[in-house]
Amino acid sequence: MLNTISFEAIKTAVQQWLNMHWGPHLAFIAECILIGLLVIVFFALLGLLLVFMERKVSAVMQIRLGPNRVGPKGWLQTSADTLKLMLKEGLTPDGADKFLFNLAPFLIMIAAMLIMVPIAFARNFQIWDINIGVLYISSIASISVIAILMAGWSSNNKYALLGAMRSGAQIISYELSAGVAVITMVMLTQSLSIQDIILSQQNGWWIFKGHIPAIIAFVIFMIAATAETNRAPFDLAEAESELTAGFHTEYSGMKFALFFLAEYINVFIVCAVAAILFFGGWMPFHIGNWEGFNHIMDYIPSSIWFLGKTFCLIFLIMWFRWTFPRLRIDQLLNLEWKYLLPISLANLLLMTIIVVLKWYL
Amino acid sequence: MHQVLSSTPEGIFTINVGPQHPATHGVLHLVITLNGETILKIEPHLGYIHRSIEKMCESLTYRQFIYVTSRMDYLSAHINNHACALCVEKGLQVEVPMRAQYIRVIMDELTRLASHELWWGAMAMDVGAFTPFFYAFRERETINEIMEETCGARLTMNYMVPGGVMADIHPQFQQKVKQFIAGYKNKIAEYNELVTGNVIFQNRMKGVGYLSTEDAISYGCSGPVARASGVACDVRKRYPYDVYAQVQFDEIIETAGDSFARYLVRIREMEQSVRIIEQLIDNIPEGDYQAKTKAVLKLPKGEFYQRVETARGELGVYIVSEGGTTPYRIKFRSPGFSNLSALNEMAKGGKIGDLVATMGTLDLVIPDIDR
Amino acid sequence: MDNEALKASLLPLNANLTFEEGGEWVNVFVPYNELKPLLKTLQGEPDLYFNYLFCLTCVDWKTHLTMVYHLTSLKWQHNLVVKAVLNRENPQIETVCDIWKTAEFLEREVYELFGVEFLHHPDLRRLILTDDFKGWPLRKDFEDPVNMIKL
Repeated sequence: MLNTISFEAIKTAVQQWLNMHWGPHLAFIAECILIGLLVIVFFALLGLLLVFMERKVSAVMQIRLGPNRVGPKGWLQTSADTLKLMLKEGLTPDGADKFLFNLAPFLIMIAAMLIMVPIAFARNFQIWDINIGVLYISSIASISVIAILMAGWSSNNKYALLGAMRSGAQIISYELSAGVAVITMVMLTQSLSIQDIILSQQNGWWIFKGHIPAIIAFVIFMIAATAETNRAPFDLAEAESELTAGFHTEYSGMKFALFFLAEYINVFIVCAVAAILFFGGWMPFHIGNWEGFNHIMDYIPSSIWFLGKTFCLIFLIMWFRWTFPRLRIDQLLNLEWKYLLPISLANLLLMTIIVVLKWYL
Repeated sequence: MHQVLSSTPEGIFTINVGPQHPATHGVLHLVITLNGETILKIEPHLGYIHRSIEKMCESLTYRQFIYVTSRMDYLSAHINNHACALCVEKGLQVEVPMRAQYIRVIMDELTRLASHELWWGAMAMDVGAFTPFFYAFRERETINEIMEETCGARLTMNYMVPGGVMADIHPQFQQKVKQFIAGYKNKIAEYNELVTGNVIFQNRMKGVGYLSTEDAISYGCSGPVARASGVACDVRKRYPYDVYAQVQFDEIIETAGDSFARYLVRIREMEQSVRIIEQLIDNIPEGDYQAKTKAVLKLPKGEFYQRVETARGELGVYIVSEGGTTPYRIKFRSPGFSNLSALNEMAKGGKIGDLVATMGTLDLVIPDIDR
Repeated sequence: MDNEALKASLLPLNANLTFEEGGEWVNVFVPYNELKPLLKTLQGEPDLYFNYLFCLTCVDWKTHLTMVYHLTSLKWQHNLVVKAVLNRENPQIETVCDIWKTAEFLEREVYELFGVEFLHHPDLRRLILTDDFKGWPLRKDFEDPVNMIKL
């Protein structure tokens, strides 16, 4: 019975229905529109959920309660905040480049949505299993840098530009380490496609099978991911007690909400990618050839596995934010270029040797 | 931070920082001259909270002026009151009973703990770690509750009077303080794990805001700022007052002179304060809590100076008396005033990000500077 | 050094010193135009070594102003109070900024509250009060009908 109400089954049922009633071309178009709407709704809900989660997690760590007035136990807090932001006046500064100023928040959301395409939420529930899945994700993630620089430049504000340049420098630097960590894992799976990566973890997740180099790659990827999404301890660009107030200073109202949302969506995306590469995506926890154990693990639906792993990693990233102080910009770039990049390259070499000699489990 | 930017062709420009800070240092306005990101000169503009306390005290009696002084360095309110009471007692040549002396020192050390807690929380927040702020206030809340039960107020306690303390401690005081102290050592260990030992934090603080020993002496710095540069100037050790001469505690001196040294000095001072309270809390002698003094106090003609060690440094109270019921001239030598004058020396040549770390370790309370 | 020894070692430094009795520390009066050389010697002399200026203030005695300098030696642990009498109409005195850097701010404060002009001060202007404030507030004859309430 569980098999009949899985995401996979719903998807096949809807596809069959559309093809029956409307013919292949129209069905395809209808599917595209449906998927677009679903992604937008998913984003909205995810944004609401993640902001609320951040506030509650930070409250627990800081021995206080967090939002608990609006709605039952505070669950409607973020909806109220979104409503407030929608009703706020969207102010465009006088000398700002209007076209770019308005385009920047949309661009960053488009980049986030495009990345959703190859991510597999459940067994056989992917929008498009592109054969260059992981490479596609890395390249689309770079588009967000353009959006940030656009936002800083078009604001006509020296400090927004400074913040945008710092942010841009930070993201571009850390993309290198993240990319090398990803390549390290791709070497194990010998395929870029997300489906192949997940299926290759049938008998155990890569972080266990790939042992030492996989663990090093995981640590590097998490650090680089935190830096790429401008989260603490790497949030110099948006910190209040430093001088520049960040690339989104001049934004207000819904456009600010889009930037704010995009940050949390990016956190979800990097954690989803980490879950796929290191922890098996929707693959349940299997241990080698223990048939009985594996069979029991299979009872838990794959979407629960995927979301569970992703949210655990999101919790980890949130934990970082509320524990560590902030790094200075020169210490940040130092960390990347002098430490993370050499270590990740050495790790890549190590992984190559292990793959060639077949020393992984 | 509020910034106003004007540039000259050479790339040197001035920005304003303050008077409103997100970092709760009080109303301090700094005009910083920058060359790119490097600080060339810092000029503090003071006076946003100047209340002319010195002039006011010239029309208040010797019993009244103590209450105004709690508002000067409000984080060490007890210690301020203590200084004024001691100065008046010096003039009147009054002997304070031992019980009152013990109570005063215990209150002083509790205040020092509360002040250092707030400093720690606010400084960690400046550097980017938000959680320690809440942990610090959790501890401070317990101290404030003890203060409220004993003195009636949480911030401006007004408990010390010339001759002793205003009212006796209540029966559960000793037990509450002992309970608080018992759990406190673990807290300091927790703080060390969370912030002191953190590599990111150490990298932000080490080598930042260096103040040499000669500069510290020349600029008149006192308290943890001077002690971190190797100057041995703890008033409790050099010119002890009340029972400080009989209590065992260490004077913490570091020689590095940078922000991390100032940080360590304060953390270790917290440990020493706990040690002092432990030694005193069980041995409060019986007796009077206040010496008998006349209702209207008149100091003889002359000048009296009393120095105490507040959480920020050496506070001096200088009373010039003409024999009347009100002082002729009072001067408060505030520790923050001299510490602030060293800020230019510490921060020039560094970057703006380092300024935040340096100012955090200076522990400035602006009402203390402006009076 | 104790007070008697201090007095003895101060006497040879300047011919016009007078001592005030009855205080906790040695109070010595010196004419204002001879103040700076005396303070310089006090700081430099190895037996005296007053390297810490911890209080610099002024007292208005209605007929004259008195500058008060509180010095201490961190090495020898002795304290000294040096005073100089100033003319009320035209109070001028040499700055001691070059001896102790803390004097820079302290003298600015005395300038704005009492009107004492410090010669050769690098930056003598108001510190705590607003730059356009009129009058010298801590003088005994300062009148401010709006803000001062006489009880």
